[in-house]
Amino acid sequence: MDLRFTDEDIAFRRELREFFAANLPEALRRKLEQGGKAEKHELVAWTRILNARGWATPHWPVEWGGTGWSPVQQMIFRDELQQFPAPEPLSFGVSMVAPVIFTFGSEAQKKRFLPRIANLDDWWCQGFSEPGAGSDLASLKTTARRDGDFYIVNGQKTWTTLAQYADWIFVLARTDPSAKKQKGISFLLIDMTTPGVTRRPIQLIDGSVEVNEIFFDDVRVPVENLVGEENKGWDYAKFLLANERNGQARVGLSKARLNRIRQLAAAAPGGGAPMRDNAAFRRKLAWLEIEARALEMTVLRVVCSESDEHGQPNPLSSILKLRGSELQQATTELLMDVVGSFALVDVAEAQPAPPDVEWAHGAAATYFNLRKLSIYGGANEIQRSIIAKSILGL
Amino acid sequence: MNFDLSEEQRLLRDNVERLLAKTYDFETRRKIAAGPEGFSRAAWARYADMGLLGLPFAEEDGGFGGGPVETMLVMECFGRALPLEPYFATAILSGALLRRAAAAELRATLVPLIGEGKLLLAFAHYEAQSRYLLHSIATTARREGDAYRIDGEKCLVLGGAEADKFLISARLSGATHSRDGIGLFLVDSSTPGLSRRSYRTQDGERAAALSFAALSVPASALICDDAAGAIDAAFDEALAALCAEAVGAMDEALKLTVDYLKTRVQFRVPLGSFQALQHRAADIYVALEQARSMTLFAVMGLSESDPHRRRTAALAAKARINESALFVGEQAVQLHGGIGMTMEYKLGHLFKRLTTIRRLFADTDHCLDQLAESESLLAAP
Repeated sequence: MDLRFTDEDIAFRRELREFFAANLPEALRRKLEQGGKAEKHELVAWTRILNARGWATPHWPVEWGGTGWSPVQQMIFRDELQQFPAPEPLSFGVSMVAPVIFTFGSEAQKKRFLPRIANLDDWWCQGFSEPGAGSDLASLKTTARRDGDFYIVNGQKTWTTLAQYADWIFVLARTDPSAKKQKGISFLLIDMTTPGVTRRPIQLIDGSVEVNEIFFDDVRVPVENLVGEENKGWDYAKFLLANERNGQARVGLSKARLNRIRQLAAAAPGGGAPMRDNAAFRRKLAWLEIEARALEMTVLRVVCSESDEHGQPNPLSSILKLRGSELQQATTELLMDVVGSFALVDVAEAQPAPPDVEWAHGAAATYFNLRKLSIYGGANEIQRSIIAKSILGL
Repeated sequence: MNFDLSEEQRLLRDNVERLLAKTYDFETRRKIAAGPEGFSRAAWARYADMGLLGLPFAEEDGGFGGGPVETMLVMECFGRALPLEPYFATAILSGALLRRAAAAELRATLVPLIGEGKLLLAFAHYEAQSRYLLHSIATTARREGDAYRIDGEKCLVLGGAEADKFLISARLSGATHSRDGIGLFLVDSSTPGLSRRSYRTQDGERAAALSFAALSVPASALICDDAAGAIDAAFDEALAALCAEAVGAMDEALKLTVDYLKTRVQFRVPLGSFQALQHRAADIYVALEQARSMTLFAVMGLSESDPHRRRTAALAAKARINESALFVGEQAVQLHGGIGMTMEYKLGHLFKRLTTIRRLFADTDHCLDQLAESESLLAAP
């Protein structure tokens, strides 16, 4: 047991920070720090900078552009991106659909899609949830009927994040309507420009348009865009969701937000003295900093056990989604505490923001937006059921 | 970074686990607790035979050269079985103090005795006014010729009921809360002028209140004349060890709870089939694993060269363990229902030990206040 980062790990962190500082536009860093999001063109430009350096897809197999980094180095890379903060490469591409393609896809699919995912030439979105299939994803109703060399897709997807930018969507659709629930589902790759695909944006309570509904009306999808075997899509989806869970702790984001809270608290009015001197606030901040460290250690335990190649996913990984989302949400609540009633100003409606509330920018929007974390990717109640069943055997 | 145990570490853990499983089941513990001393000399001899008592000491002092990871492994096993011997008081807390504060000659005398099980030590430190401040000492030690005269009172001396010798902190100079001027004395428990009142603590272990009235000790009893640094370091080690013990106790509490949920039938189904209870059990698991992670963080912190960083790691871990101990303990009792409330079932004793640990040395508010005073816990990478 050796519980320290090596000198190489520490040097690696420094190298990453220097690269980010030299290559990420400061205005974008500042926007992210204040809770804003990268525009499409900003994310594309940044992804290409990372890709040119060979860092857009660290976790991929080396032959397809992976870096060959150890799991700890990959964790450090995510942590540094999140803390800087710099945008993370689009997860729907590099972390969701790409692993499915390089694990289960055909050679032609790998050659066609993977390089374009790495370079963000194609923007991918996720077509899983439906109006009637949320936590109970396997009850999805979208159908794909075979017709010669095509599937004819009909149905509706929803909560499709950033689909307004998307070139492609990966879709779970029912190819065998007579099979039992999880059977008879297939994993299809669909070009968003195909006739019959339409999108409708949904505005969220933070005011943003982040998610969409996607409608499929007799959409013709070439058979070559089926991943793996027909009716095996549920297995690929489970594989994708398990991969997704590991990345969801996102401790770096919580650490960055806590550091910002600490900075703001030095000046934020707390009634006669800065918030920094408020005893209750100080305890809350110290507690969340402890929680961030605790989660980080849990991530490291998971990451290091992965390098054992025992094959089985570490059961601890189910904690990461649960605690990661709760911690992020708690940091947004504390940020609201710091800015106090200034959080009430709807900055989006008040452009340019009045100067006295400029520093509070983003606090309320982030708070509202991140309620999603405990809902998506398997609601936290689902995670608790997974822990109870698969770890505790209840 | 690597969390795998070495071959020796695995062996150590397995041996301790096996020893306790064989010799210290819950019924045995009840009998020992009801005995005259409230702990077992035979068990103490077995710890000596296994090398556990000398484990935390350096080999050149006559110990076995174990580090924080080895201590963590042993304490976690102890947390599961809750043995009543003063291992923590003698080997961990007093041991850490000896290693930091005592001269090599003295260590060479004492460590073999401790290792062989022939010397029970306790650290007499806390006082009525201290609460959780480590340097709050009103007990005084005044030089009188070749002797020191010690006056004052100590409370809640863990392992104090059975200790052969005490390490006593006393003020050589300075005000009650001053970091400077704290001396450390090694005093035989039978010295005239030292009176001890022993009592049982809520967790079934034993402690003592000491009072010193013109206690006269030779000048050579002063083993360190500026002990604040050693005391800080010893408590950091002690906190990490307690965290590990709590993890063991929580782990056992969860195991008992899950077993109970699987076997207890109500409304014609096992309790574990109810989602409300499944989710509570999942939350217990999460609280346990977060505590385990922070124990590792504290153990990692013990190798920090900067004492401040070491301290913040220990306090951060203690805060997390305190809250996990509260949640796991209370909820395990709740999920057990009535049986969790009885003295004849192990769970209640795990809960009582967890409740004790939660209040020992630093409660959560104290940890948080100390952390808020210092550089951010997130300052390092």
